[in-house]
Amino acid sequence: MLYKESNNKGIFKSLDWFTIGLYVVLLFWGWFSVCGACYDYNKPDLFSFDLNSGKQFIWILTSLLLAGALLLIEKRFYFKTCTFVYIMMILILLITIFVAPDTKGSRSWIPIGPIKLQPAEFAKFAVALAVGKYMEKYGFTMSRFKDFYKVVLLFIVPMLLIIAQKETGTALVYLAFFFVLYREGMTGSVLFAAFMFVVFVVVGVKFDEETTMNGHVSVGEAWVLLLSLLSTIYLVWRYCKDNQVVKNLLFVGLGAVVLAYLFSAFVIPFNFCIVQLIVNFGVIIYLGIQQVITKSYKYLLIILFTIAATGVYYTCHFVFSHKILPAHQQTRIEVLLGQNNDLQDAGYNVNQAKIAIGSGGFFGKGFLKGTQTKLKYVPEQETDFIFCTVGEEEGFVGSAGVLLCFLFLIWRLIILAERQPDTWGRVYGYSVVCIFLFHLFVNIGMVLGLTPVIGIPLPFFSYGGSSLWGFTILLFIFLRMDAERNFKSK
Amino acid sequence: MKAYEFERRQYVIAGIALAIVLIYIIRLAFLQLAPNDYEEIAWNNALYNKIIFPSRGSIYDRNGKLLVYNEPAYDVMVITREMSDLDTLDLCKTLHITPQEFEERMAWITDRSKNPGFSSYSQQLFRPQISSADFLVFQEKMFRFKGFYVRERNARQYKYPYAAHVLGYVAEVSGNDIANNDYYKPGDYIGKQGVERSYEEVLRGQKGIEVLLRDAKGKIQGKFNDGKDDQKPIPGKDIMLSIDIDLQALGERLMQGKRGSIVAIEPSTGEVLCMVSSPTYSTFDMVGKQRGENIMRMLKNDNRPMFNRAISGTYPPGSTFKPSQALTFMQEGIITPDGTSYPCARGFRFRNMKVGCHSHPSPLSVKPALSTSCNGFFCWGLYYMFGNRSKYASIQDAMTRWKDYMVSMGFGYRLGIDLPGESRGMIPNADYYDKHLNRWNALSVISISIGQGEVTLTPLQIANQGATIANRGYYITPHIVKGIQGGTIADSLKTPHYTMANSRYYEEVVSGMRGAVTSGIGTCRGAQNPWYEVCGKTGTAQNRGHDHSVFMGFAPRNNPQIAVAVYVENGGFGATFGVPIGSLIMEQYIRGELSPDSQAKAASIASRSVN
Repeated sequence: MLYKESNNKGIFKSLDWFTIGLYVVLLFWGWFSVCGACYDYNKPDLFSFDLNSGKQFIWILTSLLLAGALLLIEKRFYFKTCTFVYIMMILILLITIFVAPDTKGSRSWIPIGPIKLQPAEFAKFAVALAVGKYMEKYGFTMSRFKDFYKVVLLFIVPMLLIIAQKETGTALVYLAFFFVLYREGMTGSVLFAAFMFVVFVVVGVKFDEETTMNGHVSVGEAWVLLLSLLSTIYLVWRYCKDNQVVKNLLFVGLGAVVLAYLFSAFVIPFNFCIVQLIVNFGVIIYLGIQQVITKSYKYLLIILFTIAATGVYYTCHFVFSHKILPAHQQTRIEVLLGQNNDLQDAGYNVNQAKIAIGSGGFFGKGFLKGTQTKLKYVPEQETDFIFCTVGEEEGFVGSAGVLLCFLFLIWRLIILAERQPDTWGRVYGYSVVCIFLFHLFVNIGMVLGLTPVIGIPLPFFSYGGSSLWGFTILLFIFLRMDAERNFKSK
Repeated sequence: MKAYEFERRQYVIAGIALAIVLIYIIRLAFLQLAPNDYEEIAWNNALYNKIIFPSRGSIYDRNGKLLVYNEPAYDVMVITREMSDLDTLDLCKTLHITPQEFEERMAWITDRSKNPGFSSYSQQLFRPQISSADFLVFQEKMFRFKGFYVRERNARQYKYPYAAHVLGYVAEVSGNDIANNDYYKPGDYIGKQGVERSYEEVLRGQKGIEVLLRDAKGKIQGKFNDGKDDQKPIPGKDIMLSIDIDLQALGERLMQGKRGSIVAIEPSTGEVLCMVSSPTYSTFDMVGKQRGENIMRMLKNDNRPMFNRAISGTYPPGSTFKPSQALTFMQEGIITPDGTSYPCARGFRFRNMKVGCHSHPSPLSVKPALSTSCNGFFCWGLYYMFGNRSKYASIQDAMTRWKDYMVSMGFGYRLGIDLPGESRGMIPNADYYDKHLNRWNALSVISISIGQGEVTLTPLQIANQGATIANRGYYITPHIVKGIQGGTIADSLKTPHYTMANSRYYEEVVSGMRGAVTSGIGTCRGAQNPWYEVCGKTGTAQNRGHDHSVFMGFAPRNNPQIAVAVYVENGGFGATFGVPIGSLIMEQYIRGELSPDSQAKAASIASRSVN
């Protein structure tokens, strides 16, 4: 077996030191931010274990040890054990639901001695390994539905278990695996459809109350119906490649909508959404006929999309006007869409976070000089809202620097993933990429008021041992894999 | 299996990452680089400016006797956001208030329309000035009343019950005070009357600021920037009044049971030596919890004890006005000091006009006219002046000339004393009569020559006239503050104002006023004494009710030390109350004490009331 040649010297030579350098930079940058966030005027010793900065320092040291240890474990070890590790993780996640004590409503923390660990943070690497191994399997074809749904189940099951632990934010991270599947050949229409649904919901909810045509037409309704028609036509054009069908849809369907709009705008104002609704139904029937003629499952999928897209506005309208969501979730969405300016309650976090970041200016207020965070105006500032401290104390320079560091890390990891000799390594690498990207997108987006408030940590910055260890394990398994890329393992 | 055909999708994923980071950096730029209020809001969040109140200056009398000083008082403050599990009944019991008062006060505090400075994070005044005994009990229990604090403040205390009108008082600022001056915040104290008001800025000093860090829960986390931005309070300055508190005490005793005023001035400096307005109130009434009730009671009193008659009351001066007439006529050449005599047969009789007078030799010249207070002489004087068409083109011109003399003597306008609420009195001019009378001549206005009719003066103006005569022709704006710690009084309170009459003619008036004391037919015979020469002028001012008793005088005749005006409403003849009160004041001031005879006289006057 050739991997016997793998000695530590070889590993050190082929290790990607650029990524390790970024990791160390982010680790200590993160520690300074935690110092800033948890600083107590009465306890100025940052290394004191009374403070989270002291504890985090220990987590950082242990992470470095952990990283070193992981670099010593060969790739084939994971390949042999990852099925077992995955099953163990699923069991731990399952058991956690029942044994974890209630911590602020969530049941995801298991106390072990003086510390508490969150299994959900450690499950990511196990799932990523398992997904990779499954796709490595000989004969795996993404476009085959049997293969596709099994690989989806591999990450949807832990996701559901974590939702059962009431850690919805952490669970949503597993959606990042769809991007991994996309890289491996999943049709882009899934991502397109998902993206469009986000647009439909945002537009539909935000402009629902706004009206035009003398109050006959809801702007949100009209736009969502128009966008669903347009995206249907795009999907037909992109995937069914029947130009005649596309032309018919464009001239008849879109034509009718435009005429209705012009009639309403210049002749008699009326609710032209009715025409749009009729057109959408017509499109569904027309595509159904095409399905019967061509027997292509693609038409069937597009029909499903169109039905859902047409229905999404009415569902949102119903949900919001009848207050079906729990009140705090509804207000969170309203705050995000700028429809609720209640700065005392729901909007308080986001507003104080904006004040913290905005008050930082170009160079920031300086290390330990931020008042918004130090005086606890920003809630969850050591964990989910840690980026506020960066924004306040290090200003635009620091915050943009952090974003760029993450961008470099992701960019570097994509290069590493692409140079893997096998599907398993590449899938695992993309899993790391997509998990980091998802955390970055949601966490900083939330702090900047661009995405909903979903409690997930910013890698290496948010205080917490579990997430720090989780990200370290995720990253360093991949770095060891990458270091072995030139070995002939088979 | 390698999916080569999907390799280009790495760029899609990298592109998404790039797009996210770019969008976030743009968003950061909007938040951090575009002009905004975030920094200010963050400071407003974090910094709590704790006000450090300076000590208010003390007030002394002209001999350095302490009159007003400070003593610690305790205000109960509340931070509404921190209130929890409050045992309202216990709190009310401790502070001796009813639960209803508690509710009312809390409602007032949280109502921004009434309490514009309300913030649930900062201390609001819950109950001012609790007693030291209550404070001790409250302090022990304070840990149970979450959100309640005690603020130590200085409260005014008084050594003497006297000079309440002069001293004035301090009270919580009104909405107007806050609107007019940024310095004041709700709950602050401000001088409301007297020198407390007119010297407010001197006495109060400047508030200091301690900049503290306040966390999201309103808890203080320490000093900001190591206290480098703190401002030390500047303590208020002490002031020394020109009042002699012993003289003031005597004056207030003499005026017991009477309505009226005594004003004494040191002619050489314009310093007011005593200023009595009766009825008055005790300064002690302005201290402590009863003060609100005391003020309400006084406001309801028909005799208006809070009204400072000495400077705000306007009265017909009666015969005390005659020296000003004598001076005008002499200066204008209407009469000569010794040459001109006018007849007076128990009064001024001309056509249908009759102004009564008492019996005295007739005809007579200006000096005896002053000594005997002859109405006829001064009526003739005015008649000839206003009728003199060779000197004045019209009666209006003559009137204007006359008015200018009066104004130059400090009548008709505020003198500018350093106290709030001074009245200007009334000196009519030609326009006034043109407006109010169809046709008028000297006879229509003849009574102004004897200080009746439209003419009114404040007691301060009468005393100032005494000081002007004592100075033989000039006065220094009367003022109540003699000195300021580390500073000086305004220059306007030091410059002499000369009248339009020559000091030569003033000597004549002085002789006449001296005659009123010495001659057998003089009106001020009661002011004669063996120690120094008194010059005086009585007045018996007619009004709808009983006549007012007035006296104006100064002593000694040469190098005068004191000029005094006494005005006793409805007191009858000037000699009844005016002369004895005036001479007792002069004796007390010049000799420093009263002789046994005078003490007996003082006791007798103090015991007499006028209703």
